Amino acid sequence: MENAIEIHNLTKKFGDFTAVDNISFTVRKGEIFGFLGANGAGKTTAMRILCGLSIPTSGGGTVAGYDIVREPEKIKRHIGYMSQKFSLYPDLKVWENIRLFGGIYGLSDKEIASRTRDILSGLGMEDVRNSFVDSLPLGWKQKLSFSIAMIHNPRIVFLDEPTGGVDPETRRRFWELIYEATSGGVTVFVTTHYMDEAEYCDSVSIMVDGRIEALDSPAALKEKYGAENMDAVFRMLAGRAKRGE
Amino acid sequence: MKEFLAFVKKEFRHILRDKRTMLIVLIMPIVQMILFGYAVRTEIEHARVDVVGDLTDPAVRKIVDRIDNNRYLDINEILPSVSMIPSRFEKNAADVVVCFGQDFGPELKKTGKGSVKIIGDGSDPNSAQMIVNYVTGVIRSEQTEISAALSGESSSGFSPSIQLMYNPAMKSSYNFVPGVMGLIMMIICSMMTSVSIVREKETGTMELLLVSPVKPIWIIISKALPYLIVSTINFITILLLSRYMMGVPIRGSLLLLSGVAVLFVFTSLSLGLLISIVASTQKSALLLSGMGLMMPTVLLSGIIFPCENMPGILQALSHLIPAKWFIIMVKKIMIQGAGFPYIIKEFSILAGMTAFLLTVSVKKFRIRL
Repeated sequence: MENAIEIHNLTKKFGDFTAVDNISFTVRKGEIFGFLGANGAGKTTAMRILCGLSIPTSGGGTVAGYDIVREPEKIKRHIGYMSQKFSLYPDLKVWENIRLFGGIYGLSDKEIASRTRDILSGLGMEDVRNSFVDSLPLGWKQKLSFSIAMIHNPRIVFLDEPTGGVDPETRRRFWELIYEATSGGVTVFVTTHYMDEAEYCDSVSIMVDGRIEALDSPAALKEKYGAENMDAVFRMLAGRAKRGE
Repeated sequence: MKEFLAFVKKEFRHILRDKRTMLIVLIMPIVQMILFGYAVRTEIEHARVDVVGDLTDPAVRKIVDRIDNNRYLDINEILPSVSMIPSRFEKNAADVVVCFGQDFGPELKKTGKGSVKIIGDGSDPNSAQMIVNYVTGVIRSEQTEISAALSGESSSGFSPSIQLMYNPAMKSSYNFVPGVMGLIMMIICSMMTSVSIVREKETGTMELLLVSPVKPIWIIISKALPYLIVSTINFITILLLSRYMMGVPIRGSLLLLSGVAVLFVFTSLSLGLLISIVASTQKSALLLSGMGLMMPTVLLSGIIFPCENMPGILQALSHLIPAKWFIIMVKKIMIQGAGFPYIIKEFSILAGMTAFLLTVSVKKFRIRL
């Protein structure tokens, strides 16, 4: 399997509104794929389809080798997901959260125990093992969230604006986690609003009004649009948007 | 199965850690039972009867004594004139006034007709109606005696002997215990389930669950299971309280009663699910279950107002309230001791509603999320 994700002519309509308008792209195995776009450009809808949460109106493709229309249940077993909103259970302890998601993905007790050890030592969070997640700083929560999204060794991990609301230093350290994951062969599909993060990606697609307007490596995009950085590229393209948020 | 167990464990942790909610949920039935049992009484006791009339008249005297001896009625004061009646009611000094015509006794002897007027306080129509009925009953029984004495035949006329089967003392607890049971189970199951699902939508954890391989139906079941247990505890509490504190009998089969309760829990649960699909915040889920479910249930299920007395359109609406059918069944089983054949109609209606609601909500749940 060369490509982690292959999407052809994907369209999603809600009544008269075309949220995703005939997009096609491929994501190579092991790369970091930046999925950019202004609010309302259709990113979230597209991502929900890839995760098997929503069925496309037309078009199709594969995620982790499984058909997004016919085999969403199989896709779910092989992807990890972390959402823009912080999403662990605040009233559960750190180890209970890890255990819960281990259980949800069908890991055995032994696997869960060893994964719990790995995650806690990897994040340096052994001391807060028994703390409620609620009491952790946001940066820690996000790292824990990411590690839990990876608990079942997924082939692809989807990150929906994973670093919202934290300082640049914490974001940098979060990206170290992402790099670590890709070095292990995991494909990362990430949406973000921070254009400095877009620079870290191997490929970047920019969605405008439901269509993919640009898709290339950050370096190639900057050259093509004669821009200094990704921020300038993004503003040039997103400025063409006709529909509002 | 392992996935499911992980879920159930999590749900129990959520509930057990939220001590305040837990306390409310377990104590609510007790408070409601006591409130309804002692504060909200619909039976009449010691109604105060004022009299206008000539007490030296033996016929009047006899009737007045008879009223005074009635255990629901007490003679309060003898008024010199009818003009005082309004002020007596306004001061809330009397509940009913009986006015005898002038020369009541002599008239009665001469013509066989005496004029009596019973004036009730219509500002509280329900109790006024009941009190007036009591007084009328007393006077009527006196009347039959007198007319029998006059005509010299004891066989003339007839007086019906009245017996209220199942509830001879007319205790209102016989009515409200099934009502409170329906109400509590409704609140626990629908409100708590909907809030706990909507909370996950609000915090974003629901997305995580949905992208996981766990089937939505298992998410729903694991959400519902803890509240099923809580409802069972409540059910037992209410039964114990009603049996030993209110003296309400359980004449029918306990097993049948529990079976009916389980069915109703499922009904409430599916309603809770529906609410959780519509609502996007915990607040709106609370409001929806509070206003949209509780209010119609309290008003239309027959807990307070009998459905038979409602205007046609409200009666039709009341048929749509699941609690109504549950309450009817509980009454039949507990009070009348009826067996399954006697509740088969209500049971099928409730089962039908439940099946419909459950199908719709589970389907919608999958689509929405």
